Amino acid sequence: MDALLSPSLGTMVWASIAFLVVLFIMRKFAWGPILQGLKDREQTIANALNEAEKARLDITNLKSDNEKLLQEARNERDALLREGRDLKEQIISEAKAKAKEEADKVTAAAREAIQNEKLAAMAELKSHVASLSLDIAEKVVRTHLADQENQQQLVTKLLGETDLN
Amino acid sequence: MIFRTINKTYFFTVFMLSVFGLNAGFAQEHGENPIHEIAEEVHEHEAEEGFKAGDYIIHHISDSHSIHFFGKESEGIPEVSIPLPVILWTNNGLAVFMSSAFHHDTEGKVVVESNGQRFVNFHDKIMYATATPDHHGSYAEVDEKHKPVGDMPIDFSITKTVFGMLLIMVIMILVFRSVAKSYTRREGQAPTGLQNAIEPLILFIRDEVAIPSIGAKRAPQFMPFLLTMFFFIWLSNMLGLVPFLGGFNVTGTIGLTIVLAGFVFILTSINANKHYWGHIFNPPGVPLGIKFILVPIELLGVFIKPSVLMIRLTANITAGHISILAFVSLILIFAQMMGTGMGYGVGVFSVAFMIFMFFLEFLVAFLQAYVFTLLAALYFGDATHEVHH
Repeated sequence: MDALLSPSLGTMVWASIAFLVVLFIMRKFAWGPILQGLKDREQTIANALNEAEKARLDITNLKSDNEKLLQEARNERDALLREGRDLKEQIISEAKAKAKEEADKVTAAAREAIQNEKLAAMAELKSHVASLSLDIAEKVVRTHLADQENQQQLVTKLLGETDLN
Repeated sequence: MIFRTINKTYFFTVFMLSVFGLNAGFAQEHGENPIHEIAEEVHEHEAEEGFKAGDYIIHHISDSHSIHFFGKESEGIPEVSIPLPVILWTNNGLAVFMSSAFHHDTEGKVVVESNGQRFVNFHDKIMYATATPDHHGSYAEVDEKHKPVGDMPIDFSITKTVFGMLLIMVIMILVFRSVAKSYTRREGQAPTGLQNAIEPLILFIRDEVAIPSIGAKRAPQFMPFLLTMFFFIWLSNMLGLVPFLGGFNVTGTIGLTIVLAGFVFILTSINANKHYWGHIFNPPGVPLGIKFILVPIELLGVFIKPSVLMIRLTANITAGHISILAFVSLILIFAQMMGTGMGYGVGVFSVAFMIFMFFLEFLVAFLQAYVFTLLAALYFGDATHEVHH
């Protein structure tokens, strides 16, 4: 049993040397790069996650910006449309007013012209009636002289012949 | 008669043992070995040629000068083993030779001459050979209790344990170097291959052991040590469970764990801050009289902590090996007592239990590496802990 429980000097010396050498080699050539690699990778992953989060926020911001822009554009369009409609109505109503005014003017002018024509026609008619009356009177006078009845007939006939227009 | 019975069950058992990585040299010494005293007592009244489970088990968990696969020369079965270099610091300077020079002898009967001196292997202890053999034909100088006596060369041999340790360390350097390369070559990318297998363990040590015990600020300083410790212990534990490999018992060897625990002790002590020593030599808020009692206890604790690490690891791993070997022994004991058939019958149950034990040992291999590393980290954390009053 003592071989199991008493450490052998040779084993201890070899174990010390070997362990120190391995510790040194492993520290320098294995654990160093491995632990550094792990750390770097963790850093990279953390950075990537942060960046992804940032990108997500950016996209959200961009989206809301887009939404705002779109809303603005929509508002502007609506404003433009409303303005156009207003303008159209204004133009139409103005045109209507103008046309009406023009028409009124034309009507008034026509009415005046008709009045004038009418007056002229009346004057002409008056003079025509006067001369016609004179003619008739002349003829009546002449016929009257011959026969009463003939005279009556003549007047009637003449009146029928006469177009008062 | 019994010997013949054993020979019959021998091949069956050799197969079992080879499968489970335990070498099958059946100890048939007659209790001359000092390390077999307990076994000797147990088997005192048994037949001379009987199978001695105690001897057998102790032999397999003890360190050796060769990696033994199977066979036993003294029973006429050719031995297959890898010889290892024997390196001795003698009174006359260095002596180096291969352990094969002993021709598998461990009874002190074969004398090897090197550097002008004569050596014998007496139960894997290299001793100076005596001028003439004793009545057993052994050149080893022993007292009446068969304990080796007298001057002995200092043994710096590459023993089975040292070889296993070096093997693990070479494997570690190769594996982790290649993993480290993939970290630098594929920087910032997802891990692949071996990297995938190793990374969770490294992260486990970092995030579950080092940082909670030491704190995020100081943990990186201890990470290389903790990682080396963890992987070395774990892989060594696993090496002891690999079949067909001669049954390494690296982490079950106290000479190794004493060194590992020693490094933990040294690192704890040199990194310890004023606060840590203050609590040991001048515990705050304790009456003067109590301090006389408390300080020695605290001081003792400084040494007990790493000692506990050492004993726990050795005991756990050795116990695992012993229990597996005990199930193997059961087959032979039953075969010896009640015949070969009984040996086969018990073998079925023994193998079932061995398989169970192996699974348990896989768990223990990891668990002990984890516990050792965790406690080392806790000690470091304790020593470097900054107080915030």
